[in-house]
Amino acid sequence: MTLSLQRPAPGERSAPPGGGSPRRPGWRSRLYRWEGRSAPYVYVAPFFLLFLAFGLFPLIYTAWISLHQYRLGSRMKWVGLDNFIWLFTNEKFYNALFKTFTIGILSTVPQLLLALGLAHLLNYKLRGRTFFRVAMIMPYATSVAAATLVFAQLFGRDAGAINWLLGLVGIDAVDWRNGDWTAQIAISVIIIWRWTGYNALIYLAGMQSISKDLYEAATLDGATKWQQFRHVTLPGLRPTILFTVVVSTIGASQVFGEPLIFGGGKSDGGAVNQYQTLGLFMYQQGWTYNALGRAAAVAWVMFVLIIGLVWLNTRLARRRQGKLGQS
Amino acid sequence: MQTPRSNPVALAALALSSALVLTACGGGGEAEPAASGGPVELKVSLFGTFGYDEVGLFKEYEAANPGVKIAYESTQGEDKYWPALQTRLSSGSGVADVQGIEVARIADVVQNQQDLWTDLRETPAADSIANYIPWKEPAATTEDGAVLGLGTDIGPMGICYRSDLLGAAGLPTDPQQLAARMSSWDDYVALGNEFKAKAPAGTAWMDSAGGFYNAMVSTEEKIYYDEGGNLVFETNPAVKNAFDTAAAAGQAGLTAKLEQFVDPGWDAGFSSGSFATIACPSWMIGYIKGKAGDAGSGKWNVTSLPGGAGGNWGGAYLGIPAVSQNKEEAAKLIAWLTAPEQQAKVFNEVGNFPSTTEAIDAVAGTTDPYFNNAPIGEIFSKSSQAAPVQILGPNDGVVKNAMAQALLSVEANGVSPADAWTAAGTQVNNQVGA
Repeated sequence: MTLSLQRPAPGERSAPPGGGSPRRPGWRSRLYRWEGRSAPYVYVAPFFLLFLAFGLFPLIYTAWISLHQYRLGSRMKWVGLDNFIWLFTNEKFYNALFKTFTIGILSTVPQLLLALGLAHLLNYKLRGRTFFRVAMIMPYATSVAAATLVFAQLFGRDAGAINWLLGLVGIDAVDWRNGDWTAQIAISVIIIWRWTGYNALIYLAGMQSISKDLYEAATLDGATKWQQFRHVTLPGLRPTILFTVVVSTIGASQVFGEPLIFGGGKSDGGAVNQYQTLGLFMYQQGWTYNALGRAAAVAWVMFVLIIGLVWLNTRLARRRQGKLGQS
Repeated sequence: MQTPRSNPVALAALALSSALVLTACGGGGEAEPAASGGPVELKVSLFGTFGYDEVGLFKEYEAANPGVKIAYESTQGEDKYWPALQTRLSSGSGVADVQGIEVARIADVVQNQQDLWTDLRETPAADSIANYIPWKEPAATTEDGAVLGLGTDIGPMGICYRSDLLGAAGLPTDPQQLAARMSSWDDYVALGNEFKAKAPAGTAWMDSAGGFYNAMVSTEEKIYYDEGGNLVFETNPAVKNAFDTAAAAGQAGLTAKLEQFVDPGWDAGFSSGSFATIACPSWMIGYIKGKAGDAGSGKWNVTSLPGGAGGNWGGAYLGIPAVSQNKEEAAKLIAWLTAPEQQAKVFNEVGNFPSTTEAIDAVAGTTDPYFNNAPIGEIFSKSSQAAPVQILGPNDGVVKNAMAQALLSVEANGVSPADAWTAAGTQVNNQVGA
């Protein structure tokens, strides 16, 4: 069915009343028409100009730098793809890639599961609901630096609160910082603590947009709370979950502040680089070793990786949705 | 890069904001060229604790020189301070009139940045250049003879130890008697084994293998570079010996496995007694007082390095960036700040050891009540006199950091010393090229 409406093109204005005869389009009406066409572009221009200056230009300039040997304060020297060859033959790069992946899994999976559970609980009519919701978002409002500093103390070997608690149940002091997995777990805990509330709020918003009728119908059919959660809440939340997964994946691939500050400001990420993420690796190249060309190469590889991950995420999600539609 | 003056706790905010600082180096904030005799504002940007503000020297200078105002700022961690300064220097804006330069950076400055700094021979600071101990100013002099910095302090070393813990383990607590038991680094390790047998629970002989290693190489003349400026750390027996000795101490459980300046437990260890001894350069005197607090007074003591060896760890310079609009006044200020009288004052209050011969003579009799009246003036003077003239190179910091990291992996992660040594070498060569 086609709908034919007599209306001006989007953004176009009808001739102003009394603005000359319609038979003879004067300069004034042409001006109006031109304004109507160009106005939308002018309105979006500020964003795109800023994006050009602070988004696109740095992106392209970084690519340019990545083809050079560049030390701050000295001249750039063209090296072609040497930086990338160096990167792809460097075991520290693969280590960082792997650590980014493990810390990403260790932090994202529990974080989203916890958030889902919390959101489900907060979706019930609780006393002091607003308080709980605000409390949940508080960690998100805390600075990474402050949170990490406190956690670094909590995870201290000799006088940390967590080892003290473990000591109460008879577990020997753990050297969180120096251990391989322990350091990764400690960093993941910081990330989980900061981001769970944020994701829970997003889930909560998603849950509240699910129609109450569905729950009532499910109750009438004798579905338990768990069954309601599985068969009503989860399917209804699918787009929301996809969103949080994409955002968390991007976040996880860029983890930087937590391992940097947890490591006392050093970019090594521990004695055996056990918590050196890609972000930290890039920082180390650029600001510890002054190798800006190499740092730029890492940045570009990270960029491509993230784009790839997001693409994969959406592909997977679309496939599942497609299957769901068929069934 | 690990640097002696970084404070991990205060690094925090800086760490994250550094990205912002690094990019936010636009124009503005530039001092107006001063009309001669008119009021001048001198910007002084330093790192860690130089002691000038703490001792009140800036105020004193302002009072003595009407018309001069000093705007002082300090970054806690040198490893944050230096990259930020590099960005500003290369853009030519936002630099102060006086900037601090750590000794580990001076070779880089002299070899690669001579056009970014002022040659002090052409300023009122020229007269001060001759006042120093023999090696201090040559290290800040380029091939063409330009002097790019005036020395502030040097880092002669001793062994700081907890009298109470040593006493509890039946070891001598008197500095003289303790020094008599240590005629070499091997003796120091042997004492550690003796200590370990009778030590109170939760107390290790020393703080970290990396710190121990650094103390040993700091007594050497040739460390990571040879006279020709080539990287020789892999073939220098002194480096390998120090590495092996430190690694063995780590494996033997003599270390508390606390990474210096990084692990929050290291700071806490000065008061809690996680470790009984630490090789300490003079500037660490002030650091220990700060971390151990009033309660630590009388617990700590200082003696000389094993065998009365001399060494140097750390120290700094003051330089004037080439873009400064107030070179004359800035040069007068740094000449005054680094003059013997002021250096002696800083040592007596903060512990940074003077680098001018006159000031070293002046502090020879200083004792410190906090450290059981240890004759710190005498100990550090002797150490500085016995210290060799170290050969410095632009990537000293990179190598040192790789070594400390490798040793931490030995003591804390169970990596074998041979593997750790190889890993450190690979890391350095991968980054700076052999």
